[in-house]
Amino acid sequence: MAQVAAISHADAADVVAYNGGQPVTAAFFLADVERVAESLPASSHLVNFCVDRYHFAVGLIAALVRGQISLLPPNQTPDMLRQLQRDYAGLYALSDSPQQPAVIEEVMYPQAAEDSGRHSSTSRFTVPAFAEDQVAAIAFTSGSTGKPTAHRKTWGALARGAAAEAERFALHREGRSTLVATVPPQHMYGLESSVLMALRGGLALHAGRPFYPADVAAALAEVPGDRVLVTTPVHLRAMLNEEIALPELRLIVCATAVLSLEMAAQAEACYRAPLHEVYGFTEAGMVATRRTVQGQLWHCLRDVRLRRDGDDVKAAGGHVEKEVPFTDVVELDGADQFVLHGRNADLVNIAGKRTSLAYLNHQLNSIEGVRDGVFFMPDESGEGVIRLTAFVVAPGISREALVGALRTRIDAVFLPRPLYFVDALPRNATGKLPREALLQYAAGLKRGGRD
Amino acid sequence: MNNIIESTIVQEQELADLIVAALNLEIQAGDIDPEAPLYREGLGLDSIDILEIALAVSKKYGFQLRSDDSDNVKTFSSLRNLNEHVQQNRTR
Repeated sequence: MAQVAAISHADAADVVAYNGGQPVTAAFFLADVERVAESLPASSHLVNFCVDRYHFAVGLIAALVRGQISLLPPNQTPDMLRQLQRDYAGLYALSDSPQQPAVIEEVMYPQAAEDSGRHSSTSRFTVPAFAEDQVAAIAFTSGSTGKPTAHRKTWGALARGAAAEAERFALHREGRSTLVATVPPQHMYGLESSVLMALRGGLALHAGRPFYPADVAAALAEVPGDRVLVTTPVHLRAMLNEEIALPELRLIVCATAVLSLEMAAQAEACYRAPLHEVYGFTEAGMVATRRTVQGQLWHCLRDVRLRRDGDDVKAAGGHVEKEVPFTDVVELDGADQFVLHGRNADLVNIAGKRTSLAYLNHQLNSIEGVRDGVFFMPDESGEGVIRLTAFVVAPGISREALVGALRTRIDAVFLPRPLYFVDALPRNATGKLPREALLQYAAGLKRGGRD
Repeated sequence: MNNIIESTIVQEQELADLIVAALNLEIQAGDIDPEAPLYREGLGLDSIDILEIALAVSKKYGFQLRSDDSDNVKTFSSLRNLNEHVQQNRTR
C-alpha cells in the first residue's frame, strides 16, 4: 500500500501557517504534531473542535499519527454528540477552548512551551506518511430516520482531492500562497479547501477564522504574498455590502451555496481577483469548480468522471474512491462537465449546512407533546438567506419549550422562522402534505396576522 | 439622570428597530427584552444574523464591528450591551 505524506512541503523552513502574523515552519508544525500526538488519549475516534485552524490541522495529523479517526458531525448539538458517543465508544473531543456544556470527554489542546522557538528549523526533517487507505475522517449526512449516515474518508482520497484542488487553481507549483478562510475547518468544504489544500498543496494557512468583514480585511493584511480567500456567499455578500476594502488577492474560492452571477461579477470587479466556486457534497467531497463569470458549466477536478445511470448521475475516479450518486439534479455535458439544475426537493442547504426535510420532520415529531408537525422551505426571494417554515400541532407546549427542545436536536440555522402553532396540518385525502398546500397555508396564516 | 436613562431607552429602541428590520423578525422591536441574550437562547439569533446586524450597524452608525476589539460574546449578550458598544463606537 502506497504511503502519502502528511504535508507536501519539501523543506523544513517552508511556511505551513501564519499564526497572529508569525510564520510557522514545516519543521515546527511537525514538532507540534509529534507533541500533540503523544498527548492524545488511547482511543479510536475523536471530534476535533479546535477553533484555531492551525490547532485543528495539528490535531488532524496528530490523530493520523496515532491511527485515530476524526469525526465531522453535521452539527454539534448535544443530541448529535450523544448519538456519536453511543456509536463510537470512547469518543473524545479535542478542544482549544472549553465547550459548554461538555457532553463528551474533553481533551484540551496542549499549548507548546513558550521558549520552543517558532522559527527554528531543526536539522531532522522527517515527514510522517500514512497508508493511502488509512481512514482519516468520517463525515456524516443526516439520514431520514434521525440516525446520521457515515461516510469514511481515507487519507489517500483526502490528500489527492486537496492536491487536485491546488492544481486546478494553479497554486501548487509556487507554494507562496496563503489561505485565509471564513469557514470552520470542521466540515468537508472547510477541511478540504482551508486545511488540506494548504497541507497537500504546499501552501500556508492562516490560523484564524475571521468573521466580520473588517476581521477578514485584517487577517488578509497579516499574511504576505499571494492571498487566497476561502469563503461563502453569506460572507461575500456581507463584505460587498459593507464595501470593505481588502488587500490584494490572488484568488477567491467560494462554496456552500450557489453564487449568483451578479455577485460573482461584483466580487471580481471589487477585489480584482478571479472568483472560483467549488461544488461538492459530503458523500464525494469536492467534485468540480467553475469561474462563475465564465459560465454556468462546472468542470470536474482531475480524473473525476461522471455518468448517467437511470435517473441518477454518478461520480467516480480521481479522489472519489467509490462511485456515488449526485444529490442534486444535474445535466451532463460530456463525462467531466455538468450544469446544476436544482437541489433535490428533500434536501435543505442553509449557509452551507445541509440536512433533509425528512430528518427535520423526524426530529420535530419526536418531541414529546408534538402531535403532528412539518417543515418546509419557502420559495427563494431575492437576496439573503432563506429560513425554514414549520407548522406544528402541539397543544399544551409553549413556543419557548418547543424551540428549546428543537435546539438540542437540530442545528440553529434550521430552526423554523416562522414557526406556526396550528390546530391541524393541511393534509390531503391520502394524508400527504403537498408543498403547494403548505405554501398556501402559510400565506393564509401570514395574512391572518400572527398566531 | 433621568434624561440619561431616557436617552438610553430611546437608543435601545432605535437599535431594536434596526435589528427587527434587518432580520425580518416577526416580533415588534418593543418585544425584545433589553437584558435577554440576542444569540442562541433568548432571541435565538445565529451567526448569519449577526453578520446582517453588523452590516446594518455599519450603515447606520458608521463603524465596523470587529471580533478582537471587543468581547463579541459580551457585545451580543443583550440588546443593552450591544447598544453600549454601538454608542461607544458610532461615528454618526
